[in-house]
Amino acid sequence: MTKKQKKMLARIIVTFVVLAVLVVGEHTIWPDGTGSNWAAILIYLVVYLVIGYDIVYKALRNISHGQVFDENFLMMIATFGAFGVGEYSEAVAVMLFYQVGELFQGYAVGKSRQSISDMMDICPEYANIEVDQELRQVDPDDVEVGDIIIVKPGERIPLDGVVMEGESLVDTAALTGESVPRKVQAGNEIISGCVNGSGTLKVKVTKEFDDSTVAKILELVENASSKKAKVENFITRFAKYYTPVVTIGAVLLAILPPLLFGGVFSDWIQRACIFLVISCPCALVISVPMGFFGGIGAASRLGVLVKGSNYLEALAEMTTIVFDKTGTLTKGEFKVSKMYPKNVLKEELLEMAALGEGYSNHPIAGSIKEAYGKTLDLSRISDAQEIAGHGIRVRIDGKETLVGNEKLMKEETIDYIPCKENGTVVYVARQGVFLGTILISDTVKEGVKEAIRDMKKVGVKHCVMLTGDRKETADQVAGELGIDEVHAELLPQDKVAKVEQLLKKKKGKEKLAFAGDGINDAPVLTRADIGIAMGSMGSDAAIEAADVVLMDDDVRKIASVVRISRKTLSIVKQNIVFALGVKAVVLILGACGMANMWEAVFADVGVSVIAIINSMRTLKVNHKAGG
Amino acid sequence: MMKKKFKLKDLDCANCAAKMEEGIKKIPGVSDASVSFMTQKMTIEAEEEQFDEIMKKVVSLCAKIEPDCEILM
Repeated sequence: MTKKQKKMLARIIVTFVVLAVLVVGEHTIWPDGTGSNWAAILIYLVVYLVIGYDIVYKALRNISHGQVFDENFLMMIATFGAFGVGEYSEAVAVMLFYQVGELFQGYAVGKSRQSISDMMDICPEYANIEVDQELRQVDPDDVEVGDIIIVKPGERIPLDGVVMEGESLVDTAALTGESVPRKVQAGNEIISGCVNGSGTLKVKVTKEFDDSTVAKILELVENASSKKAKVENFITRFAKYYTPVVTIGAVLLAILPPLLFGGVFSDWIQRACIFLVISCPCALVISVPMGFFGGIGAASRLGVLVKGSNYLEALAEMTTIVFDKTGTLTKGEFKVSKMYPKNVLKEELLEMAALGEGYSNHPIAGSIKEAYGKTLDLSRISDAQEIAGHGIRVRIDGKETLVGNEKLMKEETIDYIPCKENGTVVYVARQGVFLGTILISDTVKEGVKEAIRDMKKVGVKHCVMLTGDRKETADQVAGELGIDEVHAELLPQDKVAKVEQLLKKKKGKEKLAFAGDGINDAPVLTRADIGIAMGSMGSDAAIEAADVVLMDDDVRKIASVVRISRKTLSIVKQNIVFALGVKAVVLILGACGMANMWEAVFADVGVSVIAIINSMRTLKVNHKAGG
Repeated sequence: MMKKKFKLKDLDCANCAAKMEEGIKKIPGVSDASVSFMTQKMTIEAEEEQFDEIMKKVVSLCAKIEPDCEILM
């Protein structure tokens, strides 16, 4: 509890005791006639000021600032009204109850804010720099690219970098949710926000603090609350009208019935006061954003960054998911698995292919070069030309060489031998003569099959896979994984068109997600309702364009985050229904003269507190498949 | 264009945060603003040359809406 809250608690206790004495006294010592007892009124007034002076002060101050309709003002009017009609104990009690609720509400909000910020506690406080053979702690902001920092065991890695010396296990749980520590040694890249385990590491900084992983993540999470969900916007709009409408209702209720039907003014003013107490939409204004904030926090604890409440809301309505195959469903580690040379030796076939792909940074090129294993003499290559979706045309030692897929061979009318095996098939031809085939295959990521089964369990109806691979390969992988729809042999630009077709097919509120590793995927990620990018393998552009980032590329987490979003949405809806329901009931009862101040205060702060406590449930993460 | 973040102290009312955000957005020269009740932070994006002047307006606006809340600069 803060100092302010402790002081409030003291005021509450004093008021409670005095009020109890007064109420008991009212019923025993002065059984009747207290209404006109000036001494009693004076005591009530003093107690009222003890518990509510700040409310009255704030109300008057805010009126002088032109802020009329705030809760302080409403509480003041409501309790003054009660005083005016001679309900002194009620006026004090209502104020007391209100302050108890406010205190509890402040405490609960503070608590949940604390637990959220604890969870996001990945920000490093300092970096160790070696100056004159002495370690000095500096602000990570002051460290520049190229500086060498020392990370001791147990310390948080302050900036992204490359390990120069040392070996250690680092705990990436805060960033990825992955509980098994990762082994790092000299030459490995290391990301900020992780905790260094056993050994001291010497790290060469590769990014400034503002560009490093930890700063980016914190910024994403903090900005997430500015992208509001539809429900949140609805509440904001609702709050704008709710208070004035209820206040006007209160005024009408106080004036009209007595004037028109000759009722007693004091009776109707009392009913109007009930309206005023209920007129604050606080329960919703606090609990709804808090629910989303908690949901986003829970997701980030699993290593999934959701960039806004609107995306969390969309995830709950996701029925279709489109996967990019490579890097998302498969490891994206292509290895040369087989070679079928024709007219040449294996070595020459591989050499031609490696040289052909010499300037390419396509993953396929990488694996061919890796299989070749020797340094390439790039001066042998000239006129390299990459034909998207087909392959490469290049001159090697002056001879025209083609390295590519079936389409390229057909287009160039090469007499090739089609390969029907699964994997990516690369054909090589030189000066119109077929040299042979290289087969490269990719392996399916661990847990993808379960991931898809899980997604179906949480309500995803349709899983689609897009790939540039051959149909046979694609179909086989899809069958193995339980994918419903496959579109193979796509060029990069076809992906957007396919996703657009799928977007048109879905009905009403249903949402479509696209999950990709990002190379060339940015336009599709933006086009889909929800763009999901792979964080550790994906490109920066994809992370930027995506709405949801899986920090450790684990597709299984998609189902978990859908569960979190459903839970968050249902909690938010419960709160809305509950708060509005109670308020509506008490308003109606109050208008009919069947509710008293106590119920009104409950409908205000009581409901707030319950809604806040309910919202805090969104923070809880169930790491297992349940939840 | 410049973007700056400020911590807020004693921002106790969510409704006020929303009012502050709305009010700051209306200050001329401010292109975007957000006041987060949950993180107790305020982000303002505005013209760099006018920033100091805008901040003065922001401070007086916040003092009007929620006098208890302090902007830590």
